[in-house]
Amino acid sequence: MTGEKGLKFTKEHEWLRIEGNRVTVGITDFAQKKLGDIVYVELPELDEEFVEGDAFAVLESVKTAADVYAPVDGIVVEVNDLLEEEPALINTDPFGEGWIAVFEAEGDIDTSGLMDTAAYRQYAEEEE
Amino acid sequence: MDNLMRTPLFQEHINAGGQMVDFGGWAMPLKYSGILEEVEAVRSRAGLFDVSHMGEITVAGPQALSWLDTILTNDIRKLADNQVMYAFMCYPHGGVVDDLLVYRHGLQKFLLVVNAANTQKDWDWLTQHKVPGVVLENISPDMGQLAVQGPLAEEILQKLTPYKLEDIGFFRFASPVEIAGIPALVSRTGYTGEDGFEIYCPAADSVRLWQEIMREGKPLGLLPCGLGARDTLRFEAGLPLYGHEISQEITPLEARLGLFVKLKKQADFIGKAALAALKEKGLPRLLAGLTLVEKGVPRAGYPVYNGEGQEVGYVTSGSFAPTINASVANALVAADCAQEGTNLWIGVRQRRLQARVTKLPFYKREAK
Repeated sequence: MTGEKGLKFTKEHEWLRIEGNRVTVGITDFAQKKLGDIVYVELPELDEEFVEGDAFAVLESVKTAADVYAPVDGIVVEVNDLLEEEPALINTDPFGEGWIAVFEAEGDIDTSGLMDTAAYRQYAEEEE
Repeated sequence: MDNLMRTPLFQEHINAGGQMVDFGGWAMPLKYSGILEEVEAVRSRAGLFDVSHMGEITVAGPQALSWLDTILTNDIRKLADNQVMYAFMCYPHGGVVDDLLVYRHGLQKFLLVVNAANTQKDWDWLTQHKVPGVVLENISPDMGQLAVQGPLAEEILQKLTPYKLEDIGFFRFASPVEIAGIPALVSRTGYTGEDGFEIYCPAADSVRLWQEIMREGKPLGLLPCGLGARDTLRFEAGLPLYGHEISQEITPLEARLGLFVKLKKQADFIGKAALAALKEKGLPRLLAGLTLVEKGVPRAGYPVYNGEGQEVGYVTSGSFAPTINASVANALVAADCAQEGTNLWIGVRQRRLQARVTKLPFYKREAK
């Protein structure tokens, strides 16, 4: 589950792994560096329903809180419970063990607004 | 970031991987390696901070002492040469203009060290109330200021000076002291709850001073530390931050800092009557330390509720406190809710998380 290959990226610095109608969500290495040490993650409930763009999780670093947004209209089918005890996994392995949740999309997934790895790298560099 | 003021150390921060943020108009490092790592370094070894953004104002002249006595809440007449005192400047209604350190060079010469974001406001306040026989000078632009904090601070700094640093007691200073050949004022003060020093030097020398301290400190585990660590350290140690625990709207008495407000001193300082009346009448709100019972992180501005669900106050500072491994907050609450052991609830976004009033400070270092 590790590595950036084949991932899609949002402007909010989330990565998405799209497999059929399932979407795994995490935040990028760039985002975890900006946020700093994550000390607490407010996770969604299983089966909780979200509309694309809703905040479904909150990452608390020492100094700030950041929302994580639902990538699709859908329900949460998996939650990374490990983050409850080890929120720092988002810092140490953002693309792997630091995944946050898996959504099941309600309809077709529109990837037109998403970036691939190369486009995201450029986007992040410009924001730096 | 380009329109912000920079300290002489700006490039050093960039070189050290500092993540720069806007802090009251200054480009300052929020963190380098990471806030948790930096806090740990200061608690167990040492950290180096650039605090050159702080304001420095000198007060001189034959009336310096008697005038300062009317401006400051603390008993400045008890201050000896080479001693430092913490005090407030208050408004007539008792709210705080700023909190500051006063250094006494001599009967006719004092140095005030004020908050960066308040420097201009303080300068205006002081010049507006100035009397004949007092000369004020804002020397902030000429001064660099570094803080070396942590149990190894003295050992590290001692490598750079022949001056016996152990002779400088808590809240005392020596000047000039040559640090790496640079003439400096060195005080045993700080904003972290650890032993350590604050070093004032000519702005032009501060880069070299920074590099020398880094060079000596690194092998002993010293890390450069940013504002994030600084705020976390001061918060854990129960030290107030202007604009949070004290402000124009929050008196020092409500913030439980009455120790630095000498209502019995002779001088009729600005705010005295209002603060005396407030104390006489009883304080309607008080600062309380809260420890979260449930998981979450409280932040400044979050509302605080009592058991009946009534809003009784708000969080002034809140954070995960790494040294005690707990989420804690300072909150300004109705006085009858401030007793230790009281259960209160903090509104963290859509949730209300239970917290218990705990003794302040959250962290106190063990005596040597």
